[in-house]
Amino acid sequence: MSDTTHAPPKRNFVQSLEIDTRLLGMIGAFILVCLVFNVLTDGRFLTPRNIFNLTIQTVSVAIMATGMVFIIVTRHIDLACGALLATCSALMAMTQTVYLPDWVGLPLGHPAIPYIAIAVGLIAGTAIGAFQGYLVGYLTIPAFIVTLGGLLVWRNVGWYLTSGATIGPLDGTFMKLGGINGTLGATWSWILGLIAVAAALWGLYASRRNKIAHDFPVKPAWAEAINAAIIAGGILGFIAILNSYQIPQGRLKRIFEAAGQELPEGYTASYGLPFSVLLLIAVAVTMTVIAKKTRLGRYIFATGGNPDAAELSGINTRMLTVKVFALMGALCALSAVVASARLTNHSNDIGTLDELRVIAAAVIGGTALSGGIGTIHGAILGALIMQSLQSGMAMVGVDAPLQNMVVGTVLVLAVLIDIIYRKRTGAK
Amino acid sequence: MSTPLVDLRNISISFGGVRAVDNVSLDLKPGEVVGLLGHNGAGKSTLIKILSGAYAKDSGEIWIDGEKAEINSPRDARRYNIETIYQTLALADNLDASSNLFLGRELTTPLGFVDDARMEAETKKIMARLNPNFKKLSEPVSALSGGQRQSVAIARAVYFNAKILIMDEPTAALGVHETKMVADLIKELKAQGLGIFLISHDTREMLELCDRVSVMKNGALVGTERVEDVTEDDILSMIILGKNPKRDAA
Repeated sequence: MSDTTHAPPKRNFVQSLEIDTRLLGMIGAFILVCLVFNVLTDGRFLTPRNIFNLTIQTVSVAIMATGMVFIIVTRHIDLACGALLATCSALMAMTQTVYLPDWVGLPLGHPAIPYIAIAVGLIAGTAIGAFQGYLVGYLTIPAFIVTLGGLLVWRNVGWYLTSGATIGPLDGTFMKLGGINGTLGATWSWILGLIAVAAALWGLYASRRNKIAHDFPVKPAWAEAINAAIIAGGILGFIAILNSYQIPQGRLKRIFEAAGQELPEGYTASYGLPFSVLLLIAVAVTMTVIAKKTRLGRYIFATGGNPDAAELSGINTRMLTVKVFALMGALCALSAVVASARLTNHSNDIGTLDELRVIAAAVIGGTALSGGIGTIHGAILGALIMQSLQSGMAMVGVDAPLQNMVVGTVLVLAVLIDIIYRKRTGAK
Repeated sequence: MSTPLVDLRNISISFGGVRAVDNVSLDLKPGEVVGLLGHNGAGKSTLIKILSGAYAKDSGEIWIDGEKAEINSPRDARRYNIETIYQTLALADNLDASSNLFLGRELTTPLGFVDDARMEAETKKIMARLNPNFKKLSEPVSALSGGQRQSVAIARAVYFNAKILIMDEPTAALGVHETKMVADLIKELKAQGLGIFLISHDTREMLELCDRVSVMKNGALVGTERVEDVTEDDILSMIILGKNPKRDAA
């Protein structure tokens, strides 16, 4: 009898690799978008320079999108994140240019200023997020309403704090988190890349060893090796591309002049990994660990899957809502650091419509609005796809209204494809 | 008389003017199975949800092991070793069996991270005992059959050394074979000294499994009888008429 044999069922190539086919599809879509734009722009899209720019433009939305995954997974929504970003940005800009220098007496350029400003922003973001979470969780006001109100309130708190003025220039150290103003350079980027590869390989090995220790089936060694090779290749390839973006000679000359030196003949340097991207990677890793390896993450997904069951299992779902929104608030503050640092100032309209981009990124990345389903890496990939579309179209010279029409259509189409995919595979 | 494991005294709860449970007193001894019978809406599930912490009672007292207990949330109930298998099963469909089994009580590594491998191994062990056909350990429970989902819910209640077990319609979604398995399990747990509250519509099954049956109607307790003292017809008339024929005759 065939059904009593204990041999594992025959599996095809992709199944042996145990790669998420959904993720594969998204990566495929992303590559397709890149290739199409590369042809349309005569090869200007896939240059190190543009890839560098693309990544630093994605960071702010991507950071918030990771938090939005948790919000949507618990069956809520956050329409206020762009506005919260503006409030945090305004608060941090005012802290470093007005409050600390004028009120506290720390001179402009004091080394502690950027850190105090970031701390103030993080505390404010977390507190505001927690407050919104309290309104949703304990006072049971729908998140849609709380954050719709929040959108109006926090956008204009930012305006009120700055009287609508653009605040800048920001502190030099602070601006290093914006992207091009703060990068690791070639050597450190390589070192970091190698450390990341080592960590990934160790992770794969540890999980395999753990499975064997508990007598669970593992994938064949060759599949494990291919997975490892893809991951290592991906990390090192990314570093190689960023490292091949050279700092322009004019800029190098200015850097050397500022240090009182002459630019040596034939000297070149590359940007390497921007600090902001490093921050995004750190956020992504942390959020993934929270999602997969902590009780908090387990409860977030359980509550999204069945709130009643979570409650009956002794999970404090109200407090959980507060935590999820507080986390989102902290991430908004981090995004505010990156966004304002990238622009080198705080402007009144910073983060406008970001809430929609963030939601779109999470949803394109496979987060189900019905709750319980979503991944951090998916949301980041979603943000990257959105940003590629937007900047690709800008490079091709598509008119602004048409750009937004395309992005909107893509969002709806992505969800449709996702629905069809889930029906086909029988997944929920 | 030994101290009852559970002593519910004069429990009442109202929802918007409707007295869902009206001054009901019940007790449960170690190694005893007490059945709760009644029409839909008679208040059985509501009474049981007060004991499991899902609802907060309006009045009355709960005594566990001879001591007055404060049960205001499912967390409190778990602290008194009360485990519940809900009619709805209360499973998070998007999570796998072991995540559901350990939900709210995850095993963690020394660093405080959830230890999936260990939880999956433990799930495998208990499932081998409860339902040897259970193989889909790492799939979301939405992919499981009704019987398999029931096994997960039962495993969750049994795994954590419950002293008091509440089973709300544990066999409603099950086939003949699986129903037999649940009946065997109830007998086994009873022999281990657990106290079990059992809710079911199947009067015959109740007479077979329970030591005593309590009948509720419109939120009030009609009566509690030892199964050897009553016939199926007596119970049916208690359920339908809300009268205790034996007491009335006496």
